[in-house]
Amino acid sequence: MTDTETSTSSTRDERKLYWRTNLRYLAALLSTWFLVSYGCGILFVDWLNEFRLPGTGFKLGFWFAQQGSMYVFVVLIFVYVLLMNRLDHRFDVDES
Amino acid sequence: MTIQSWTFLLVGITFALYIGLAFFAKAKSTSEFYVAGGHVPPLANGMATAADWMSAASFISMAGLISFLGYDGSVYLMGWTGGYVLLALLLAPYLRKFGKFTVPDFVGDRYDSQTARLVAVVCAIFVSFTYVAGQMRGVGIVFSRFLEVDITTGVMIGMGIVFFYAVLGGMKGITYTQIAQYCVLIFAFMVPAVFLSLLIAGTPIPQFGFGGASGGEFLLDRLDGLHQELGFASYTDGSKATIDMFCITASLMVGTAGLPHVIVRFYTVPRVRDARKSAGWALLFIAILYTTAPAVAVFARSNLLETVSGKAYAEMPEWFGNWEATGLIAFEDHNGDGLIQYVGPAAVDETGAPVPNELKIDRDIMVLANPEIAGLPNWVIALVAAGGLAAALSTAAGLLLVVSSAVSHDLLKRALRPNISEKEELLAARVAAAAAVCVAGYLGIHPPGFVGQVVAFAFGLAASTFFPVILMGIFSKRMNREGAISGMVTGLLFTGMYIFYFRFWHPEADVPENWLFGISPEGIGTVGMVVNFAVAIFVARLTPPPPQHVQELVESIRVPRG
Repeated sequence: MTDTETSTSSTRDERKLYWRTNLRYLAALLSTWFLVSYGCGILFVDWLNEFRLPGTGFKLGFWFAQQGSMYVFVVLIFVYVLLMNRLDHRFDVDES
Repeated sequence: MTIQSWTFLLVGITFALYIGLAFFAKAKSTSEFYVAGGHVPPLANGMATAADWMSAASFISMAGLISFLGYDGSVYLMGWTGGYVLLALLLAPYLRKFGKFTVPDFVGDRYDSQTARLVAVVCAIFVSFTYVAGQMRGVGIVFSRFLEVDITTGVMIGMGIVFFYAVLGGMKGITYTQIAQYCVLIFAFMVPAVFLSLLIAGTPIPQFGFGGASGGEFLLDRLDGLHQELGFASYTDGSKATIDMFCITASLMVGTAGLPHVIVRFYTVPRVRDARKSAGWALLFIAILYTTAPAVAVFARSNLLETVSGKAYAEMPEWFGNWEATGLIAFEDHNGDGLIQYVGPAAVDETGAPVPNELKIDRDIMVLANPEIAGLPNWVIALVAAGGLAAALSTAAGLLLVVSSAVSHDLLKRALRPNISEKEELLAARVAAAAAVCVAGYLGIHPPGFVGQVVAFAFGLAASTFFPVILMGIFSKRMNREGAISGMVTGLLFTGMYIFYFRFWHPEADVPENWLFGISPEGIGTVGMVVNFAVAIFVARLTPPPPQHVQELVESIRVPRG
């Protein structure tokens, strides 16, 4: 096996690992995305509405649907930005 | 100063600003015209995306819609923000790496097919025109109410402004003006919201205010109580079926992520990491308005019920008459007692007989009328008018650019006349933009009666065509031309026919009992998307994998460098 072949096949493995890690991040972030909106805001809304956000007039399910889910969405994107910047750096594919 | 002179002043200043920016940012190449040369910093692109996205519907109609729908209105809040998570995580960075000019560009190149490109062009143009008609209607409403010019003149003025910066500056001009328009619209939305929150809940932060109390009772509890008393459904509980809530939210989210005028904004940043970051900024800037809107909805609803319900018609304040004149408020005294019975469908009197509702209020006026109802100063009312115009014009410009680039780039350069020179293509882009402005203006002056209905169409279409086809183009190397085209076509036909059947052909049958699994036409895009995925994957399995150079393209868009 020549040097160039080793380096291409190792690049290919690296690429695969990079992509798999990316997919793992996506799975985790999108599960959270689903949970706060479809979960707390729609599917479990009646159950959550039996509780209140402490000290406010918000029923919890209603609050998730009209406030909480959106706050989490914003945080999710910035977490993704941080994770991916670190991942790009680790695999040396970040842009200068 | 009167409301009208304040409005002239503020609208005049903002319009002068937009024109000034147009002179400053003239596009010199097709790359500048289509994607602002790819030099927009992420924060600036975030702001421009926010203005691009937040339309007359977000600014003028949404809070009003929520104030009438209560919890059910959450579909718009979650749907129109949650789509950005999908966009940021699943589409934007990869499309930026691909790095061309339009959405049909990606579809055509990735699937190595002119047919796929053309289907995408048709969808992009249809979705954009559907949307533009609504923006121009918003411009018309603001002009006719606040400046007392007729709608035609109002739309002409709006067209003139958009013409200026879209035709001259292309994406470059649009980007700068959208940044200015974001600042105008967010200021105009927040000022009255903060005023109202202070007035009603005693806190300057509306997001906290509507969960607060006044007079020893939580606002939301009092509103639920009032609703029950007047025979409306409880404000904080829904009346839509869970499956329908779920599907409408999903359709709006996926549709948002698939809208071409939003996607192209991510071609304008320099690097992949900037595309990710600017999606975050965009959602943050959007969330400022979207988390405030439900608060405004609650304040407006409480204000309205307390001001009009059971009060004498003769003693209504001035704003009531002003809006009656536009036909957007209508009072009919059924029982002739001179009092306004504003009640819901479940209202009954002491004897148990139903009480008819006597007041019709157009949802669209809640945000515009709110400052007047609350008795806020004249300049605040004028500011809302300028903000509504900024929201409508910024979105209209973004949409017109999609139409123009679909014609000059995708149709002309990539399909009909590949040898066209850079200079000719730029000229074609300008002519197409100018023609699109005129069509949009025509739609604004002669609005087709079905504008409201076709918005569901735009989202359903984006959800059942663009989103799946782009997503599979990035995440599946096996997805081929045959799969993508058959998926797009079946998704399009299924969604289109379902909406067409219930909205145009048999509108009388548009009730939950007749819907497929109880899913309304607004939510059917979700099913259309699933159909698209299923058909595409099935067909791709039966046909050969895409050629080597396409597989390499997919490999390359998955990493930021290399």
